[in-house]
Amino acid sequence: MTHNKKLVQQFITALPHATALGMELELLEDGLAVVAMPYDPRFVGDPATGVIHGGAVSALMDTASGAAVMCHASQPAATATIDLRIDYMRPATPGQRLTARAECYHVTRSVAFVRVTTTDEDSSRPVAAATGAFTLERTKGSRG
Amino acid sequence: MSERRKPEPVQVVKQRRDAALRSLVDGVPYIQFLGIHFDRRGDELTAVLPFDEKLIGNPMLPAIHGGATAAFLEVAAIIELSWSLLWEEMEQGRLDATSPEALRAFRLPKTIDFTVDYLRSGLPRDAYARARINRSGRRYASVHVEAWQDNRSRLFAQATGHFLMPSRDDNGGQNGDGGQNGLLAP
Repeated sequence: MTHNKKLVQQFITALPHATALGMELELLEDGLAVVAMPYDPRFVGDPATGVIHGGAVSALMDTASGAAVMCHASQPAATATIDLRIDYMRPATPGQRLTARAECYHVTRSVAFVRVTTTDEDSSRPVAAATGAFTLERTKGSRG
Repeated sequence: MSERRKPEPVQVVKQRRDAALRSLVDGVPYIQFLGIHFDRRGDELTAVLPFDEKLIGNPMLPAIHGGATAAFLEVAAIIELSWSLLWEEMEQGRLDATSPEALRAFRLPKTIDFTVDYLRSGLPRDAYARARINRSGRRYASVHVEAWQDNRSRLFAQATGHFLMPSRDDNGGQNGDGGQNGLLAP
């Protein structure tokens, strides 16, 4: 498990798009990942308010979800998003760091199901939440 | 509309429309960050995402990051919706597209939800997207968007989103609280 976690950590931090968005991996446990994204004026979606673009929040949640799948106990070899449904509850407060917590709550032989919630520095009121289905490519010889 | 005016020279009309579109797109930092631009044919828009290393998700394949794809589709949907609102205001003469101030006061719709359907992996090539407004009401809108790379008929992703329309104010449309919080307002 530890071996896989290290690999997942290396994998996630090597994703060019995640790096470009300044994402930081904060926690990785069996089927659980926490990824943060510091505020950056380049990611603003509404110049009138300084609120981060929904697309950047989606990218954060997709990354956290993929990481949660990759560190699931079944030790997948690879994953890709099949579908992601995002709800935007409120605008993220400008200037604040965003944190996405993703949980891979169920896997079948070939599909992983994930829920993810994003908060800013006020963790009591979520900014966005998503549910997703991901492909699960198993390593040779592993069983579903 | 009662008096028939002399038609404007085509170049004047084009310049005005292009300037309005540019102000809409160039004002959003995240669109610039991703490098997205828009092709316009009349009121029809095509979003273009030129390939860039920083869009890569899986460097082994390599494939475009699912998050970059989602962002591209959402940008295409929001700009299509904003453009349709702006177009109407502009063409009916309620908004002076030559005034930077009037364009700055124009508010963007807010995303309520967005569902992305990943059909195939995004290749390291340019991507294109076109959005279709299925319903545009006073308060809510539903938009569908399709993205492709080499072949228009082989989509690599599609999405549907719901949006909260900017509150329309008779004296200029500046009365936006700038957030999805408006959903909870009576």
